[in-house]
Amino acid sequence: MKSRTAGPVAAITGIGVVAPNGIGAEAFWKATQAGDSVLDRVTRQGCEHLPVRVAGEVRGFDPGSLVEERFLVQTDRFSHYALAAADLALEHARLGRADYADDPYAVGVVTAAGSGGGEFGQRELQRLWGRGPRYVGPYQSIAWFYAASTGQISIRRGFKGPCGVVCSDEAGGLDAFAHAVRAIRQGSQAMLVGATEAPLAPYSVVCQVGYEGLSTGDDPERAYRPFTAKACGFVPAEGGAMFTVEDAAEAVRRGAPVRALLAGHCATFTPPGRPEDSEGLAHAVRGALREAGCAPEEVDVVFADALGTPEADAAEAAALREALGAYGSKVPVTAPKTGTGRAYCAAGTLDTAAAVLALEHGVVPPTPNVFDVCHDLDVVTGSARVAPVRTALVLSRGRMGSNAALVLRKGP
Amino acid sequence: MTGRRVAVTGVGVVAPGGIGAPAFWDLLSNGRTATRGITLFDPDGFRSRIAAEVDFDPTEHGFTEDEAARADRYIQFALVAAREAVADSGLELDGESAWRTGVSLGTAVGGTTRLEHDYVDVSQRGAWWDVDHRLSSPFLHRAFTPATLASAVAEQTGARGPVQTVSTGCTSGLDAVGYAVHSIQEGRMDVCIAGASDSPVSPITVACFDAIKATSANNEDPAHASRPFDADRDGFVLGEGGAVLVLEELERARARGARIYCEIGGYATFGNAHHMTGLTAEGLEMARAIETALAQARVDAREIDYVNAHGSGTKQNDRHETAAVKRVLGDHAYRTPMTSIKSMVGHSLGAIGAIELAACVLAMTHHVVPPTANYETPDPECDLDYVPRTARKHTLRNVLSVGSGFGGFQSAVVLTQPKEVRA
Repeated sequence: MKSRTAGPVAAITGIGVVAPNGIGAEAFWKATQAGDSVLDRVTRQGCEHLPVRVAGEVRGFDPGSLVEERFLVQTDRFSHYALAAADLALEHARLGRADYADDPYAVGVVTAAGSGGGEFGQRELQRLWGRGPRYVGPYQSIAWFYAASTGQISIRRGFKGPCGVVCSDEAGGLDAFAHAVRAIRQGSQAMLVGATEAPLAPYSVVCQVGYEGLSTGDDPERAYRPFTAKACGFVPAEGGAMFTVEDAAEAVRRGAPVRALLAGHCATFTPPGRPEDSEGLAHAVRGALREAGCAPEEVDVVFADALGTPEADAAEAAALREALGAYGSKVPVTAPKTGTGRAYCAAGTLDTAAAVLALEHGVVPPTPNVFDVCHDLDVVTGSARVAPVRTALVLSRGRMGSNAALVLRKGP
Repeated sequence: MTGRRVAVTGVGVVAPGGIGAPAFWDLLSNGRTATRGITLFDPDGFRSRIAAEVDFDPTEHGFTEDEAARADRYIQFALVAAREAVADSGLELDGESAWRTGVSLGTAVGGTTRLEHDYVDVSQRGAWWDVDHRLSSPFLHRAFTPATLASAVAEQTGARGPVQTVSTGCTSGLDAVGYAVHSIQEGRMDVCIAGASDSPVSPITVACFDAIKATSANNEDPAHASRPFDADRDGFVLGEGGAVLVLEELERARARGARIYCEIGGYATFGNAHHMTGLTAEGLEMARAIETALAQARVDAREIDYVNAHGSGTKQNDRHETAAVKRVLGDHAYRTPMTSIKSMVGHSLGAIGAIELAACVLAMTHHVVPPTANYETPDPECDLDYVPRTARKHTLRNVLSVGSGFGGFQSAVVLTQPKEVRA
């Protein structure tokens, strides 16, 4: 086990994005920075008549061009996204097999997952109930469960390091980074970390209908408008992001691009059914800043959770004031997910991708479809804002009560 | 590391054949089996028609009809086990300690039993791909969200610290507890309600294991169907249940005068990067997990007194972990009892790792090794001391529990007797 002095031990060196607004970090950042909204009517077969009208679908994704057929046949769409995003994250970090060939235990995998392999599972359920038990295929046992993506990434790339899966609610996406940092602290050289989701299969959509705060609006420009008087809930999305996270010193030594440092994380719990409660989120923000050794005024941008219900938006604004003081009303706040939808566990990872790119480019991306903000917050609307960005705070709250805050610092 | 150590101060169990830690230990220490023909649904037409089921009536455990409808069976198990564990520990949370208390619970398949139940309605028994949401039940979204598990237990307990649900297939229980141990050692929390729960005895899960012939098809003799390490083993017997431990920073536990069952000093997990369901004959990755967990706990391999095996009863698993344990323990492996309680309570997927840790804690309390039930015919490839059929008195200072799961996960946990109070 490595002994460590203070300061971040883990660096993000690669980003792999498969998002509704772009595949690959470059396309994703171009659309995010421009504030393009890609929310649209749901087109997935069997979903058209369901009460979720608008979502962020990943379009133009050809898994066969990125992942071998033998992996595709035994996995659901959520793992297709994960396998592709992992490749992109490794390439972005310029981390290849030669870098870990001597020690496969040096690299591990942690993913967060909330929707599981819903489309695959529905197909097998239909075989079982429509035709009989012996029509269920051999891959059902490995495609539907939440651990599928971590296992397949580990097998496909030969990673034998610590392998984990959190299936906490939305905040689990940020918690996955905390697991990766711990693994690095305990001696791993690199971790593939992130989350991807595929909740837009018909039965999965039926399962989401009961979610409080799920938007049933049918106008893509109005369905998801957090922090406004017109807030009417959130729009779901699919896709997500994987990251290469490395021991910061090792990354510098091998000449890897240090894009951001994982400086602080804290998770708390708010009992569900208390959307107006700001205490849990405020506590998480204070904890993450404390771990990062970061004063409130050092935060250059907040990537908000932005649930999009009046109570939850008010609670998030209140939490920022409680944790950051008067500066909570002044710090630039953005929620690019209003242009892509909330991809459950993956929402926090897409925000983290946007935050890392904001640090790299010195640009705060805007919040599409949002104007006339009705809370005491400086929400970046309209177009991107050019500003020095050295520290970013990413927030996430889950439907079942988890809160998480992640502090990212610009690399050396 | 800061030198913070982790004590177990409470135990709660909901297992086949017995609800509550005393009933569970009675079953294990007497070598009884709880495997039987499936009663939770009609298994006619399935290859494997046996399971280890929990006789569980939610109303007997204080759930109102509405509460029982909101919480899936696996969550009810966790709530009951958590209530027992917290009461056992005497833990009381106040405004400040609640923020320092977390929840870490594992599940492999979560709410799939409810998901399948409602699927049948909304698809008209698989007739439609275009399912009809108007035919579903009001709490379906809670079943779709595995995080409901840890959330429900946090709500019951009053914890406000990190609350997470862990899902690494069949090592979920070991990993959920392991993450909690590391979080307490790191200082992220002082107390954690940690464990796992699963209730996978449903047609889709039975069918998916049928499809790969992972489960035993010994439908004629269910009570003797789970035969870990026996030459005649033919697969695992599906089970269900849940177990919860109260984990606490050692000095805190001592300061409040809590009963300290044991310490958990080491945990590690690695991927085998080999195959989603296949295992190598050598067990190198599990051996690495064992070595790493032992190093963390500062326990020498020759000081291990008991190995609580994964022992699922599949041909490849039992060979794999016998090789892994021999690789680390060397000759000492032949002198060390190694048993699988899955012979008695079946394999409850994500839950079993926590149930096995609860068994280890109780074994250390009683200095008794639970047996491997049904073990009769030696397999030349599995040549260790599996403690056939009858429990054995044995001084237990250091205990190792291992697990292995679909996805390639290989995990190990080391438990130790509480050390003397330092001067």
